[in-house]
Amino acid sequence: MVRDVAFGQYFPGKSLIHKLDPRAKILLLIGFLVIIFCTFNYFSLLLVILFTALMIFSSGVPAKFYFKSLKVIIFILVITSVLNLFYGTGEPIWQWGIIKLTVNGINRAVFVTIRIICLILASSCLTFTTSPTELTDAIERLMKPLNKIHFPVHEIAMMMSLALRFVPTLLEETDKIMSAQKARGADMDSGNIIKRVKALMPVLIPLFVSAFRRAYEIATAMECRCYRGGSGRTKMKSIHMSKRDAFSFIALAAIICGVILCNIFIPAVI
Amino acid sequence: MSSVLELKNLSFVYGQKTPFEKRAVDNVSLSIEKGEFIGIIGHTGSGKSTLVQMLNGLIQPTEGQVLLDGEDIWQNSKEIRKVRFKVGMVFQYPEYQLFEETVYKDIAFGPTNMGKTEQEIDMAVRKAAEFTDLKPELLQKSPFDLSGGEKRRAAIAGVIAMDPEVLVLDEPTAGLDPMGRDVLLSQIVQYHKKRKNTILLVSHSMEDIARVADRIIVMNESHLVMFDKTREVFSHGRELEKIGLRVPQITKIMLELKEKGYDVPDGILTVDEAFSAVSSLLKKEGKIW
Amino acid sequence: MNFISLENVVFSYTDDENVKCEKNAVDGVSLDIKKGEFVALLGHNGCGKSTIAKHLNAMLLPDSGRVLIDGDDTSDEEKTYDIRKKVGLVLQNPDNQLVASIVEEDVAFGPENLGIPPQEIRERVDYALKAVGMYEYREHAPFKLSGGQKQRVAIAGILAMLPECIVLDEPTAMLDPNGRDEVLSTLLNLNKEKNITVVLITHYMDEAVLADRVVVMDSGKILTQGTPDKVFSQVELLKKHRLDVPQSTELANKLRGCGVKIDKMPLDTEACVKMLEEVLK
Repeated sequence: MVRDVAFGQYFPGKSLIHKLDPRAKILLLIGFLVIIFCTFNYFSLLLVILFTALMIFSSGVPAKFYFKSLKVIIFILVITSVLNLFYGTGEPIWQWGIIKLTVNGINRAVFVTIRIICLILASSCLTFTTSPTELTDAIERLMKPLNKIHFPVHEIAMMMSLALRFVPTLLEETDKIMSAQKARGADMDSGNIIKRVKALMPVLIPLFVSAFRRAYEIATAMECRCYRGGSGRTKMKSIHMSKRDAFSFIALAAIICGVILCNIFIPAVI
Repeated sequence: MSSVLELKNLSFVYGQKTPFEKRAVDNVSLSIEKGEFIGIIGHTGSGKSTLVQMLNGLIQPTEGQVLLDGEDIWQNSKEIRKVRFKVGMVFQYPEYQLFEETVYKDIAFGPTNMGKTEQEIDMAVRKAAEFTDLKPELLQKSPFDLSGGEKRRAAIAGVIAMDPEVLVLDEPTAGLDPMGRDVLLSQIVQYHKKRKNTILLVSHSMEDIARVADRIIVMNESHLVMFDKTREVFSHGRELEKIGLRVPQITKIMLELKEKGYDVPDGILTVDEAFSAVSSLLKKEGKIW
Repeated sequence: MNFISLENVVFSYTDDENVKCEKNAVDGVSLDIKKGEFVALLGHNGCGKSTIAKHLNAMLLPDSGRVLIDGDDTSDEEKTYDIRKKVGLVLQNPDNQLVASIVEEDVAFGPENLGIPPQEIRERVDYALKAVGMYEYREHAPFKLSGGQKQRVAIAGILAMLPECIVLDEPTAMLDPNGRDEVLSTLLNLNKEKNITVVLITHYMDEAVLADRVVVMDSGKILTQGTPDKVFSQVELLKKHRLDVPQSTELANKLRGCGVKIDKMPLDTEACVKMLEEVLK
């Protein structure tokens, strides 16, 4: 069922990572993602893996949810690693027709797979430990300087948080509409691409109609609750940087140094 | 009479072998005769929605069988769509499934999927529209321009147009006002009388169920707890209350009266029945003539 | 003094081409509601009751006539947000009025819009969630709650703005019987304990009988109003307009029809059993 997607779900908690300032978490994630793609040898890769494991461990969210978030991308993972496996350069160690396997290819496949896994796990760690409201709030604050060039920062943040709020609701609705159309004999599981796209119309049209109706009602409800844009708004959960966040930045700095040192002193394998 | 639907030890488990495993329907066996009007009651989460979705193969049972006219509907899983034409299903708030440009085309969606000829489809659409009292001029309108009640009826017509042997309706009157509820319920009763097929009605309104059902299926915590004649089920008012269900107000009033020692019959279902019971008592005592 | 006062309000909707509809949705309604009253507004879909609801917090403004909230005219644009703070509106579909992904953050939405300091918002959110009995769920995601629970969170979201009056537009229409009971007992509690004025718009008669006063609307006009037993005694009038009456009242009315003397119309099961006992004594 479409509802079983774990990616993007929030698990309330009181772990170290939960308590970090969401702005810090976003910046840390961006920093970490960059460093993931700066790993060129197995030592730096190991450092990244260890750091990811540390994040998962200190988030207090059960590991099974992290695995669930990986399940969603397993297909992409397999495809990219297989492609990389056969696109290596250098001396082939095994060849069959035009398909050849090289040491470089194997290394590439391993690196790509582990990098993507770390990327997903680290991003999941952010969404698992940060409520959508905190997340959008943080983005809003980080982008605040853009207000000066009349970029609608608050509006975009509000749109994002509403979108996140309604994803599960709309998924549930999709399920319902699909069942209803199947009950009228809609055939969604057979035929060629064109037939399948056509078969989606009875689901997509009601879904859009209902999304518009919802949007209208939500707007009314927001107005009823005195919403009038970002100016003059306060927040219940005010966010501020603390010592904890400083420590987390130091940890990230350490890993960055580690990776850079590895890259300088150990030869690259890809 | 022969049974049209038979459920044999039917169970369904959600999320099997995961931490969220939940038995939504547990070992339900029952049989429904041709032409019956069945009410299904149970509070939210009792398993009634899962149960009805197994009747037309939208959900495949984890254990047990659904026999339609004596044949297991999952015998040939490739043919499961044919089962859905025989067991029509109207979901809650069915108007949210409307999608075509015109009401006519929307009602025709089911019959078209069945592979009927244009003539047959036309017949089916017009008949279904008549059953649900949709005026012919509405058929060429966009379904999104109809009023709330009309949309509901158009959506129901879309299922009736497949001319199912068994029609399942999941809370067809939810969200309508009293007049709308009344009208729709009478139309369903009229349809049942004319078409003489089997109807299963899921509802939270005990007054509605009391008015129309021959027999009632009572679900509680994934189990079938009662399946009996309407009067019989509602005379067990206290047991129903224990599982968080209620009986029609009038039934409850007469039940309490009986418990206080007055001589009134069991399982009174309508105000008229209650009135005649009370007035016959009054007559006996000579208080009215 | 009247907290809400409608003076001969007329309103019609505009269609897509911005032309006013010929038929008035609200057609000359005058109505006063006192502070602390529990009023039920009853009628069919399209009788104008929802339109009235939107007039009470300045979401709609009357074409003619006026609406006064605590002495302020709703057409005074400067007072709009003052009025919306005083009169909270809860809508039918609970799903479409919860805007945040966590219950407590949703409840905080109103006070945040009002610019309340964070510490006070926290207090208000806790107060509101406790008042509707949803405090234990403060960290849950709304979409995992039952309909009744969602609607109680929606009520808490309004309560956190500390309104003097809550208007509810068919809050129970999409709920199952248990959900309806939850919402109604919450409302009764808010009305009795916290002295909040409640205007409940509904088409369920058994909800209307709980109110201090019932106002019945039909085709944009007030058909009749009064205490529940007074209104529901008019069985013939209500039936003529195809509104149903509680079964207890219907039975009593039939008995009255053949000469049985009944002093007070029984509105619920208990009263009806009592009435029957007296009649049969």
